[in-house]
Amino acid sequence: MRPFTYTRATDVNSAVQEITRHEKAKFVAGGTNLLDLMKIDVMAPQHLVDITRIALNTIEATADGGLRLGALVTNNDTAYHEQVEKRYPLISHAILAGATGQLRNMATDGGNLLQRTRCYYFYDTQTPCNKREPGSGCSAIKGYNRDLAILGTSEHCIATHPSDMCVALAALEASINVTGPKGERTIPIADFHRLPGDTPHIDTNLQEDEIITSIDLPAKGFAEHYTYLKLRDRASYAFAIVSVAAALDLDGDTIKEARIALGGVAHKPWRKPEAEAMLQGQQATRENFRKVAEAYLEGAKGYGDNDYKIELAKRAIVRALEQAFNKEGAA
Amino acid sequence: MEKENPPLPPLQPVTLRINGKEQRLELAPWTSLLDALREHLHLTGTKKGCDHGQCGACTVLVDGKRINSCLTLAMMQEDKEITTVEGLAKDGELHPVQQAFIDNDAFQCGYCTPGQICSVIGLVNEGKAKTMDDIRDLMSGNVCRCGAYVNIVKVVQEALERSDAR
Repeated sequence: MRPFTYTRATDVNSAVQEITRHEKAKFVAGGTNLLDLMKIDVMAPQHLVDITRIALNTIEATADGGLRLGALVTNNDTAYHEQVEKRYPLISHAILAGATGQLRNMATDGGNLLQRTRCYYFYDTQTPCNKREPGSGCSAIKGYNRDLAILGTSEHCIATHPSDMCVALAALEASINVTGPKGERTIPIADFHRLPGDTPHIDTNLQEDEIITSIDLPAKGFAEHYTYLKLRDRASYAFAIVSVAAALDLDGDTIKEARIALGGVAHKPWRKPEAEAMLQGQQATRENFRKVAEAYLEGAKGYGDNDYKIELAKRAIVRALEQAFNKEGAA
Repeated sequence: MEKENPPLPPLQPVTLRINGKEQRLELAPWTSLLDALREHLHLTGTKKGCDHGQCGACTVLVDGKRINSCLTLAMMQEDKEITTVEGLAKDGELHPVQQAFIDNDAFQCGYCTPGQICSVIGLVNEGKAKTMDDIRDLMSGNVCRCGAYVNIVKVVQEALERSDAR
């Protein structure tokens, strides 16, 4: 690891001051992704601001009937929180589908949003990568790309976002509260992560001097008919090849509202509300689910090794919706 | 041509509470908790495997929760209650999970074992494992290259039945 200096912030305002005061500074909380990337020289901040002592580690009810997850609550404490388990089981299941017990005890909810891609070329400093080194080229497009993106890609980057939690947050339409030198603002999850375009080195719309303070879950948690389906190479501790967060609001067999978000297929959790709307007022049948799946993958593009993901994602959507309908959330 | 290295940032004082004992150290900010334990305090029971949070050999308990000591800075753990494998035995008696690893023949080379033991104790504290599949899933952060998994799962089952985490 390259040498750096270290200070500790005790409240949100001092954290923002510290990050603006130092050159090439980063916040550190769980550290599970940042320190890992610093060890292999993919990230090299000159200063770390430790934010773990800031009081952002509670889960509280919001005035509109939702739940506010403090940015520094650990992933395990979130997944195992009584209210999250009961009212937002989709979040619990998604979190528990990722990483390991040890990592989830360290990783924070705010940090989960800021995970960098797991594209192998991003990790391999011997190869070009536009995300790691802007303008150097993308090794993945014509290289080995079995795990990489099929939706929303650009000629500069086909990386995927690795988070499971964020896929569930996208399906539930969570919003992210942040504080910067100019004050507070709220970013809907759909606008938080970016598509690569010609700036793949910028993952999110969070500014360098802004800190995430909390994540708001809306009152509607789809706690009855939901599923988080994660397809991967091992049953545990592996990133998603394709994942689906599915949630249904039903009136008998008729769908009042459907939510679908995909992981492992794009630079951000992939949601397409106009395709979801096709299910509104429809019967919960395999045929209708397949129609939506087709619409979701419209415009998908494979790069050779990952061509299989297009059909896999469609089938995953159908299966996830069936599981959600049948109340097989954990299956 | 010889290049001159820029001066290193100074060491910083830090007080760590390890196995009930306060340890005052002067550390470079980039020292991981794992390196602080092994290189500065000579508590070499905690092992360095991958140094990337993938193998679990470095697992320790912080405030009763299992974490990868390789992926956190020592500075960040100031004032926390850190327990390593050296701190588990009490009054000359092995912790029940330690004893269970011996009784169940749950290791071969033993390199992963300190991390496995701390992870089992953390898992029991979490109180979420109900089935064999849960155990396998919740122990996926500890790799055993000798493949002693069958007996490690038995240790976890026994520990859950006794609920003897501390």
